[in-house]
Amino acid sequence: MSATPDPSVAGPETGTMLVKRGLAEMLAGGVIMDVVDPDQARIAEDAGAVAVMALERVPADIRRDGGVARMSDPEMIEGIKAAVTIPVMAKARIGHFVEAQILEALGVDYVDESEVLTPADEAHHIDKWAFTVPFVCGATNLGEALRRISEGAAMIRSKGEAGTGNIVEAVRHLRSILGDIRKLTQADSAEVFEWAKRLQAPLPLVQEVAATGKLPVPMFCAGGIATPADAGLVMQLGAEAVFVGSGIFKSDDPAARAKAIVEATTHFGDPTILAKVSRGLGDAMPGLEIGGLDTKLADRGW
Amino acid sequence: MKVGVLALQGAVDAHLRALGRCGADAVAVKTAEALDGVDALVLPGGESTTMSMLLDRFELRAPLAERLADGMAAFGTCAGMILLAAEVLDGRADQRSFGVLDVAVRRNAFGRQVDSFEADLAVAGLDGPFHGVFIRAPVVERVGRDVEVLASVGAAPVLCRQGRVLASAFHPELSGDDRLHELFCRLAER
Repeated sequence: MSATPDPSVAGPETGTMLVKRGLAEMLAGGVIMDVVDPDQARIAEDAGAVAVMALERVPADIRRDGGVARMSDPEMIEGIKAAVTIPVMAKARIGHFVEAQILEALGVDYVDESEVLTPADEAHHIDKWAFTVPFVCGATNLGEALRRISEGAAMIRSKGEAGTGNIVEAVRHLRSILGDIRKLTQADSAEVFEWAKRLQAPLPLVQEVAATGKLPVPMFCAGGIATPADAGLVMQLGAEAVFVGSGIFKSDDPAARAKAIVEATTHFGDPTILAKVSRGLGDAMPGLEIGGLDTKLADRGW
Repeated sequence: MKVGVLALQGAVDAHLRALGRCGADAVAVKTAEALDGVDALVLPGGESTTMSMLLDRFELRAPLAERLADGMAAFGTCAGMILLAAEVLDGRADQRSFGVLDVAVRRNAFGRQVDSFEADLAVAGLDGPFHGVFIRAPVVERVGRDVEVLASVGAAPVLCRQGRVLASAFHPELSGDDRLHELFCRLAER
């Protein structure tokens, strides 16, 4: 039996910002894992993932293979949806609103308008207000985060540099966003106008952040998390949850590493537990130096 | 009164803030030691599968079951309701719950995220409607004799009480209305 909202009850309303943001709040303190098939999805769920991101290739492989990276095959997304009970997210190209429409029609729980895929539009992001499904978008700084929120994103993730296993860019982006929020809360009412101009972000959102000291939507961290210590680092810096892409299934022992990263994300502030869960995981994914990259995925998006 | 919020994963902060506004000393509970120190516990929304696994991995299941069996007041919202229920439908085969609320709960009964919704609810004992936020919400399909249904959507119970255990399929911590947290604090003080 499937229950349906009763039309006699006042105002059953789907696709509201509260409902979109609400799912992000439910994922807080958790780990969202990239998976490419139902088997990996089951390993992720067994390890305690709060959601999976269905995609055809993890970022490390996209980086290695080159070419145009697009939305995944619907059949593959449906296979993953059938394999797990936790929410399933999927990626659409930046600006590719038809890929997003298809993902919404497939019933995915969150759309990631992602720089990991090849952008479809060099000036415009998707108008996310036009959708019932919620969106997460990447950001490298506060202005970018607020522009995405103004377009309707219900969750922000700091971008980091996907597929590198190198945490340095994630730390840079988190520090940039959270550091600017801290400074903005010190600005007087006249200075807030100048902040809005400099951030190239809508004034009302800038004023809201200045007043509340936080983004109006949850902020998670992505891009380069490869170890339990990495998860602990970004959580202590202020991320509310973590996305792990290549870091799990490009490591020696994905199931053990996935579990350890989940446990580290819960107990991010307890070094004794972090030490315990970090033991005996085998090799992490091989990492890449940012200086040696041909393409910086984080530069995609405007 | 010290009220804990189970903080293995999920919407912990919103509950802590709501409880604080109700005058409770609200603390996050991640360990058995922290659980020892609280008088009542909120089990928040989040992913019930994840929370259930972490209860085992961090050896919280047995101490929490013991506290609940001793009659500690508990408020489960969404995933928390699933954790408190006697029976879980459409869950993972290995998913276990505490069984202190004699109901059968079906996970994700309203559908996927695109079906998540907000609606005003008539709640027994409250003046005026309560705005319910339902996120991939469960519904109650069987209600035991000792369970009181306080609100429903259509025919489906979404807010239930059994003794000092309160459970909602929706998220009172997201709607900015603290009346259910106040109700829970009164239950816990008894």
